[in-house]
Amino acid sequence: MIKLNANREGKIDILAAIKNIYLPLYLAKSDIRQRYRRSTLGPFWITISTGVMIACLGSIFGTIFKTPLYDFLPFLSAGLILWGFISSTLTEATTVFSSSEPIIKQLPIPLFTHVIRMVARNFYIFLHNLIIFPIVLICVQRPLTWESLYLIPGLAILLLNLLWASLSIGIICSRYRDLTQIMTSILQIFFYVTPIIWMPSALPARASLMVLDPNPFYHFMQILRCPLLGESPTSLNWGITLLITIVGWVFAGILFDKYRSRIAYWL
Amino acid sequence: MMGKIILKKVCVDIPVYNSQGRSLKKTMMGIATGGRIGLTEAGKTVIRSLDNIDLQIAPLERVGIIGHNGSGKSTLLRVLGKVYAPSSGEIKIDGKIGSLIDISLGIDGEATGIENIYLRAALLGVPKKQVDRDLQSLIEFTELGDFINMPVRTYSTGMHLRLAFAVSTMISPEILLMDEWLSVGDNNFQARAEERLNKLIQRTNILVIASHSRALIERCCTRVIWLEHGKIKMDGVPSEICPLYFNY
Repeated sequence: MIKLNANREGKIDILAAIKNIYLPLYLAKSDIRQRYRRSTLGPFWITISTGVMIACLGSIFGTIFKTPLYDFLPFLSAGLILWGFISSTLTEATTVFSSSEPIIKQLPIPLFTHVIRMVARNFYIFLHNLIIFPIVLICVQRPLTWESLYLIPGLAILLLNLLWASLSIGIICSRYRDLTQIMTSILQIFFYVTPIIWMPSALPARASLMVLDPNPFYHFMQILRCPLLGESPTSLNWGITLLITIVGWVFAGILFDKYRSRIAYWL
Repeated sequence: MMGKIILKKVCVDIPVYNSQGRSLKKTMMGIATGGRIGLTEAGKTVIRSLDNIDLQIAPLERVGIIGHNGSGKSTLLRVLGKVYAPSSGEIKIDGKIGSLIDISLGIDGEATGIENIYLRAALLGVPKKQVDRDLQSLIEFTELGDFINMPVRTYSTGMHLRLAFAVSTMISPEILLMDEWLSVGDNNFQARAEERLNKLIQRTNILVIASHSRALIERCCTRVIWLEHGKIKMDGVPSEICPLYFNY
């Protein structure tokens, strides 16, 4: 059933989607508008719940770990906001094609358009959540520094990675439907393994080598969280994330070339 | 203006998965245990929906597709619409494709009429400039009046269809695919809808329409393709094939 002949269908699809990037961004915007329509606060509901979570966890874990709120609260809020973005994108990636089934089965729109739409939608929600961060900084009276500008390349790398990961997950999940549950469990595990609600400094030096460095999510957190906290990420962080970006895109490209034409059949 | 369709030995196999074939866990178990655990049955049935179709459609042809339910009409439309890539065979389609198969696709009940016009037009690939330009005449055509600023979920079925019809017929494709003729609204509106649809067909180069209606085929087609079990049973002019099919 599976065509194994080499073709460039997937790459052509991706280029076509990028060429007409106005469409997915417009669709994502209308997705967000729709959330506002159902309630006055719209996506800010998520912002509020994230804010409440940060306040609760911050006060409890700050006490448990005996870290001053000046350090812990910005660390925790940056971590939770970023993790919310990453995990909701990867979770929604499992249904990225099946939720657009009517469109896919009728209009010859590039399939990658649906991936861009989903990532863009989650990015807009992330921007809604990001406003918590300056509030937290004001609360603990901590300034932003020039290192915060690293946030821009960091976000670019993160978005590139979310795009390839969502594309790959989307392809595999349109074929194997039970992967959605597996994905949720994996993300749950990484939420605890990755330093988000606990600080890496809490680990003994030896353990951190074994727990932190092999965890890809740790490096992605670092390239974004460090700038927010006014620190600069290490070259190891940059190196590993860039490497994952390249390897990931090559993998997603091959997968998409191979299976693009099958996706409509799998839905 | 161009538009050309060539299908060579096109087959379409549609896989039908049961819950076994849909599960990664079961597939993995099946592979790991050499098929002893997990995949008790193949978990996948293949239906050959189009079988060795050879077809050429030249510019300015108006092609009607007839055939009983399950004969492959919709699949053929999906292949022509580049939604399904053939499992084997070659396909060459030149020209922009427009599809009027489900005109309500992409309409969001919570959004207003105007927003939906822009949303649906974006999906169909109609440039925003064109929508801006034609917006007034479009709203007049739908006869929605002030309802155009209300959420679409407050519309009646007729109003909903009028909106969907008006936006969907904004396209100017080279190849137009339709599943049955679109008829919407009351008598008065129907006449105007007919006129609008005819204009759309006039500006397209190739029309492919699947239908069960003899009158429709005889009125607007120059060629009829009779599908049966995914194969072309007959191919010719309506006056020759319609009597055979509809009295069959």
